[in-house]
Amino acid sequence: MNRPILIAGLAAATLSLGACASKPKTLPPEPGTTTTTQTTAQNTQPAGPVPGSQADFIASVMSDTVNFDTDRYNIDASDQGILQSQASWLARYPNKSVTIEGHCDERGTRDYNIALGERRANSAKNYLVSLGVNPSRITVVSYGKERPLALGSDEESYARNRRAVTVTIN
Amino acid sequence: MKMRFLVLAAGLVSAPALVAAQQTTLPSSTAAQAPADEGLTGSVSDENEWQDLGIAIPAFPTNASVATAAEGGNTEALGRNVARVVFNDLRNNGLFKPVGPDQLPAVAFPQVAAPTFDTWRGRSAEMLVQGFVKANDDGKLTVGCYLYDVALGSELARQGYVVKPEEWRRAAHKCADMVYSRLSGESPFFDSKIAYIAETGPKDRRRKQLAIMDSDGANHRFITNGQATALTPRYSPDYSRIVYLSYLNGAPRIYVYNIGTGQQTLVTQSANPTFAPRWSPDGRWILYSMAIAGNTDIYRVPATGGQSTRLTDSPGIDVGGSYSPDGSKIVFESDRSGSQQLYVMDADGSNQKRISFFGGRAATPEWSPRGDQIAFTHIGGNFRIAVTDPYGKGMRFLTDSWQDEAPTWSPNGRIVQFFRTERGSGKTGIWQVDLTGRNERKLNTPVDGSDPAWGPVLP
Repeated sequence: MNRPILIAGLAAATLSLGACASKPKTLPPEPGTTTTTQTTAQNTQPAGPVPGSQADFIASVMSDTVNFDTDRYNIDASDQGILQSQASWLARYPNKSVTIEGHCDERGTRDYNIALGERRANSAKNYLVSLGVNPSRITVVSYGKERPLALGSDEESYARNRRAVTVTIN
Repeated sequence: MKMRFLVLAAGLVSAPALVAAQQTTLPSSTAAQAPADEGLTGSVSDENEWQDLGIAIPAFPTNASVATAAEGGNTEALGRNVARVVFNDLRNNGLFKPVGPDQLPAVAFPQVAAPTFDTWRGRSAEMLVQGFVKANDDGKLTVGCYLYDVALGSELARQGYVVKPEEWRRAAHKCADMVYSRLSGESPFFDSKIAYIAETGPKDRRRKQLAIMDSDGANHRFITNGQATALTPRYSPDYSRIVYLSYLNGAPRIYVYNIGTGQQTLVTQSANPTFAPRWSPDGRWILYSMAIAGNTDIYRVPATGGQSTRLTDSPGIDVGGSYSPDGSKIVFESDRSGSQQLYVMDADGSNQKRISFFGGRAATPEWSPRGDQIAFTHIGGNFRIAVTDPYGKGMRFLTDSWQDEAPTWSPNGRIVQFFRTERGSGKTGIWQVDLTGRNERKLNTPVDGSDPAWGPVLP
């Protein structure tokens, strides 16, 4: 599984999930090697999301996102509830893996924010692992301040952008 | 008159991206030569009077106007363009008050080495830059550059350059460098290049491409197509390569891009993210940061690849790093004390000491090529560019805006470039400021720009 981000990006685009609007959609294709197993529901029956899909994940968990205070990366009580719901879903679908994306607000220097986003994603990962998720099922990637979700330059936007987002893959 | 011929180092000739501007012998002027050691001294940190020197720069005439591939189409038009580049170099940096070829009468070719000083005294010019353009039989161009002190009626300096037509701007930058150096006592810097990140698109989906340009923004070129986010480039000291961060294949890793071949290589094979790459002054090493299980430390790897050496081991984020010009020390950033601060260590990682005690946070340190100052981003409310000496003394702010970050030094250590982010829109631009903090300006780039990295003066 060399291209977790690419696959996540394609899945997000296919399912057009609002929550994933900030996911990268233009990553370079790897010639000839990527076989995306798309989990798109072919029937348009209102039967709810396909079990085990990203849509199912979003529908099942409290949130795909945990937020952080300025310069912090600790998992607080509300984060714990969110991650517990994610761990339950992962227990139900033991063949599914996830990527945790770490993000920062724009009020930090570029290099430091890449390191801080990495720290945040790892905090979320470590908590999932403490709940029994096999670490080999979790990859992390930091986007630093490169992919903001909220576009304002204000405290409310910063708070939303300081986040770790769990995205399912395969 | 001394014969001055620039001998080129073999290693530099082999670098494909390099075009050496060959210096050549010039005919002497009829003006008396001023003693060479009597140059005006001063630093841009002071408000010395030479900054208000009126410098006249008329168009550079040609002996015979012939067709050339250089801008202008013929050597006569080219001579005007060369003088314009010299004028803009000297004007744009706030160091002098030059008057350019578009405001001055033409000079006849024989007058280049025999100026009519009385005419220039009548125009209140204190300094006069004259030169010529000649087409050579082999298709190259010879550009001559003379600096005269009008009041003394004497020649201060002269240089000649042999360049290919497509490198004509380099001759103009070398001429501006000669004038600047002779009048300020500082080292030259105009004949140099900048690597940076060109930015386009909305704030949440910014396209970030690696790009390069001359120090005045000319000869702009995109290196990557923007499909993968590119960040934090640094020119190798010989300009043959650029080390930078790319999200190619989805994860942040540092790559070395070879400008001559267009090939790029991954610097280290690692399952962990690598970022914040920097060259050693001799180009033999690359410093980088790597996060393992969320903990970021600074490492060093040979530029040709191979075994990495870990230099820091604190449980906090140790990131960035910039070598002192002699390569013996490294200044870097760490939050081991609880917030981002500046630390200096020996090049092998020993003797790590915090140097920033200014209040607020301190990030992205860059050691001046002169060794006397460290530029950094001060965070305390706003993000401002500041400088300190290598011991953390004499801290001064150079800018005051909402978010200025990532300083990079001009090759002579007198000007700092950085990028400024606009509050709200997230639009970015590359700016520069001299060490007085007074002469600040935005560089013209085709699109938004960030992460500037200024390279050394070209040979």
